[in-house]
Amino acid sequence: MMKDEATILPAYKPPKARSLLEPHRLFLMAVFVGVFACAVVFMRWDWLPKYQDRLIAGIWQTLVLLATTSFFGFLLAVPLGLVQVTGPRPLKWLANGFCTIIRGTPLLLQLWLLYYGLGSLFAQFPEIRQSFMWPYLRQAWPYGFTALMLSFAAYEGEVMRGAFAGVPRGELEAARAFGMRRFTMFRRIWLPRAIQRSLPTLNGETVLQLKSTPLVATITVMDTYSVIAKVRSDTLLTYEPLLLLALIYLVLTGILVVAFRYLENRVPNRGA
Amino acid sequence: MSDTAQAIEVRDLHKRFGPLEVLKGVSLTAKQGDVIAIIGGSGSGKSTLLRCINMLELPSAGSVTVHGETIEMKTDGHGGLIPSNRRQVQRIRTRLGMVFQSFNLWQHMTVLQNVIEVPVHVLKQPRDEAIAVAETLLKRVGLYEKRDAYPAFMSGGQQQRAAIARALAIQPLVMLFDEPTSALDPELVGEVLSVIGDLAREKRTMILVTHEMKFARQVASHVVFLHGGVIEEQGPPQAIFEDPKSERLKKFISSIH
Repeated sequence: MMKDEATILPAYKPPKARSLLEPHRLFLMAVFVGVFACAVVFMRWDWLPKYQDRLIAGIWQTLVLLATTSFFGFLLAVPLGLVQVTGPRPLKWLANGFCTIIRGTPLLLQLWLLYYGLGSLFAQFPEIRQSFMWPYLRQAWPYGFTALMLSFAAYEGEVMRGAFAGVPRGELEAARAFGMRRFTMFRRIWLPRAIQRSLPTLNGETVLQLKSTPLVATITVMDTYSVIAKVRSDTLLTYEPLLLLALIYLVLTGILVVAFRYLENRVPNRGA
Repeated sequence: MSDTAQAIEVRDLHKRFGPLEVLKGVSLTAKQGDVIAIIGGSGSGKSTLLRCINMLELPSAGSVTVHGETIEMKTDGHGGLIPSNRRQVQRIRTRLGMVFQSFNLWQHMTVLQNVIEVPVHVLKQPRDEAIAVAETLLKRVGLYEKRDAYPAFMSGGQQQRAAIARALAIQPLVMLFDEPTSALDPELVGEVLSVIGDLAREKRTMILVTHEMKFARQVASHVVFLHGGVIEEQGPPQAIFEDPKSERLKKFISSIH
């Protein structure tokens, strides 16, 4: 009765990587090299060495902001998504309200409310000014971090809600049927399955988060964008710094996409 | 009540879904080595009965005893029952190897990881021991070569055999099969039945809900015919299939031949 499996289910073959040497690709590469060469030869780049160190510090600041806000935002998103699927009603409403408010208002507004609103409010209380927290609270980055982190948590919380709800019930039932405790089931089955299902969306959210980070330049955090803004006001150049800025964000996005694709391919998924 | 020769004893089990009473007082005893086949039309309550044994479905009334230990229940205030001791239910569940109609393998794990999951993370067995046991079991169900494959890339028959290996890995007191071949393409049914048949021949205690009458007749030591939430007739396979007493069983058997 054992039929030849090959006839029933063809082995999975990932789509073949197409050759880089196809004619239309060669043409596009030539165009790109041409544009790049023109930009290097005909535009002014003499300011680069002077700002090099500040630029590197700015990129580092952007990366740190992206990594920390995504990481802590994701940690917050897991309970936000979970209580919306399983939680008692008050918690469900609370999480739902949080996600709705954060997702329904501009990030720039939240950032300014935190920095100019809460920040100046803190300064009026001598108790706060004298506490150990003050050296942090008088800087700009904690407000930028908080706003970006909450934003990521709200968007990703909504994604995780769908991911948790979408894990097939039968797999959770199997875990229960074998006597798994609730926390073990969450840790071993539910959460990893939900993360696996949400990875493609998480990738998109992280790329969006990268491109939200320049907003912190408006509250004096020295990220990549604010370094470029400084170059522009110092040199009165328009295109060169902005082109470089575009290139930097493109490269960072590319790295993120490749990294996530690697993660997604670690557990091959079909259909689900 | 400490008759441990009785693997499972179900007493006067009722189950209501709202106004619908699916089980209307079912009692069933499985001794060590019994292979009990539960047959009946759709909606007769056979799957519900099986799922009440490991409390995946909570009975409205009645009791379930596994290996001499009765599952402690209390009323939930809405006319039903809930387990009063969750830890006890979890412990008893680790002695019951459940095989589902739709396999329910964990899709983010390879076959081997599926099989060692419960031994390692619930029964706290050392990982290398669990792997050794799992590899033996996978050889037995003919999936040793597939141990590093993910379920989504396997046929239904292979997935169900992997699910059987996963259930065997906990060294269960009783195997519970919930229509294990109903979700399979016809040409894949045989490979799964031959694995289950092997288990029956080695006198493993099992309760099997099935539509495969020929198979039930071959492997079962006892056949239970469920109709409308009660046991209409039960007995050894010969008696049930060759000499049915009740009109309903006669009709049921003639309808499938």
